[in-house]
Amino acid sequence: MSRRTMPKRTWLTDSPVAAVLLPIVGLAVAIGLWWGATIAFSIEPYLLPSPWDVVVKFFDQPAYLLQETGTSMLETVEGFGLAIVIGVPIALVIVRSVVLERLVYPLLLMVNSIPKVAIAPLLVIWMGFGQWPKVVMVLLMCFFPIVISTAQGMKSTPTELVELMRSLNASRAQEFFKLRLRYAMPQIFTGFKVAISLAVIGSVISEFVGATKGLGYVIQQSGASADTTLAFAAITLLSVMSIVLFYALVLLEHWLLPWAQEKR
Amino acid sequence: MIRLDGVGQVFDGREGQVTALEKIDLHVRGGEFVTLIGRSGCGKSTLLRLIAGLLPPTSGAVQVAGKPVTGPRRDVSFMFQRPALLPWRSVLSNVLLPVEIDKGDRNKAEYKERAHQLLELVGLQGFERRLPHELSGGMQQRVSLCRSLIRDPQVMLMDEPFSALDALTRTELSEELQRIKMELSTTIVFVTHSIEEAVVLADRVVVLTPRPGRMREVVDIDIPRPRSLGQNAHLTEVAAISGRLHALLSEKEPVDEVRPR
Ligand SMILES: Nc1ncnc2c1ncn2[C@@H]1O[C@H](COP(=O)(O)OP(=O)(O)OP(=O)(O)O)[C@@H](O)[C@H]1O
Ligand SMILES: [Mg+2]
Repeated sequence: MSRRTMPKRTWLTDSPVAAVLLPIVGLAVAIGLWWGATIAFSIEPYLLPSPWDVVVKFFDQPAYLLQETGTSMLETVEGFGLAIVIGVPIALVIVRSVVLERLVYPLLLMVNSIPKVAIAPLLVIWMGFGQWPKVVMVLLMCFFPIVISTAQGMKSTPTELVELMRSLNASRAQEFFKLRLRYAMPQIFTGFKVAISLAVIGSVISEFVGATKGLGYVIQQSGASADTTLAFAAITLLSVMSIVLFYALVLLEHWLLPWAQEKR
Repeated sequence: MIRLDGVGQVFDGREGQVTALEKIDLHVRGGEFVTLIGRSGCGKSTLLRLIAGLLPPTSGAVQVAGKPVTGPRRDVSFMFQRPALLPWRSVLSNVLLPVEIDKGDRNKAEYKERAHQLLELVGLQGFERRLPHELSGGMQQRVSLCRSLIRDPQVMLMDEPFSALDALTRTELSEELQRIKMELSTTIVFVTHSIEEAVVLADRVVVLTPRPGRMREVVDIDIPRPRSLGQNAHLTEVAAISGRLHALLSEKEPVDEVRPR
């Protein structure tokens, strides 16, 4: 009956094993195509190394590469955390006051529209070669989606629930903590998930300039010495890091907001 | 219990002023069940919100239990058309929300006991730990009913509470409500679109005119309780009064009462 309107439900759509297996299959196919291409067209490793070359490269100096990954990860997480600590309260304030929203919003838009690569050198001039310019770059990258989604979430409270709280004579604080903030959580998490990927990009950009550590620095150095394979190893580690951070957020969301899963 | 004297409500809409209610004089006695019917947009919800203290009237006076209404009172509960449950709270803690909000209340444990009783009363025992999305619409509305009963309100204001439910659940719940009402002698003002429901539930039916909402007529219902739509008891009486209400609702008003907008 419903064959036409409903997507077919099979083992592939419903099984949790398939949920883990399918992404792996997708990845394996992509890697296979890459590998096939390097062999079929006999591409030189300095142009495009094969997956195997990349793996070998990693095991040449695993401790070093993992340490640089750790550095980038730390910057990313610190900047992301800072963006939450600053961004969420700003969004909450914006939502409460139309005047502030009008005052601050264009500024936020402006800061967000600046190409971040352009200010990386400036950050180094202002803050030196330590980790601060990196953390600030990450902050700049992921601050905006967090503010937007939090503000959006805070505005999405259904009127009937607000009316319910009013009819119960709830104080403004109660309305805020027991209703509005809770209701906004799924949307806030959506912002976090967008932001975490941008955060990783931010850390790489900042490590291109005035850095002596981190995966961005490794990539930059490998460019200088035409070590394409090393660059690929670093890029692979970066994407692994991105994926790990993203799914950490997904797990956290599942755990904190079990009630929100049903809406997906 | 509830007194409205010359109550009017004018809204500042986007296209000028909208008179939602005009010259409403209504006196609801303690323990009385009044249903409110009228066309969509005639101001029924507005009237309930005025009594609930969610909205100050632009003219006239609203009193509950002899005191002018200045804001929501703890002995008045409001039930909405949709369940309005907080999706992250279990059934039990949704029912207990009014108690939790009221910081003055000290005996939380007592209320917990009461919540279990109420949930059992509406057939939801065993569902205390469930989340709202795990329940059907009818079950959610039952939870909402329990929530509005948790503090033994003197007055219950109900805005089309059963209109989103299927006919069977609706009949069940309206029987439930009559039983609860007889047990607790709560004063109830109940808005509905269904003429039959209005007749079956009410001691008196108030008919409002379309915009602006005014009192068209108040009809006393003298059919003995308990009444039911489901069983065929009192069918003829219900049908007779329903017919009359239907005529009142569809009747054009006399020309001199229609004001140009
Ligand atoms: N906050 C508001 N601002 C402006 N106009 C309003 C507001 N609330 C209600 N109105 C207007 O007042 C009138 C009565 O609205 P109300 O919601 O009380 O009608 P109702 O009888 O409950 O209708 P329904 O049966 O469809 O629920 C409508 O014309 C509506 O547009
Ligand atoms: Mg209404």
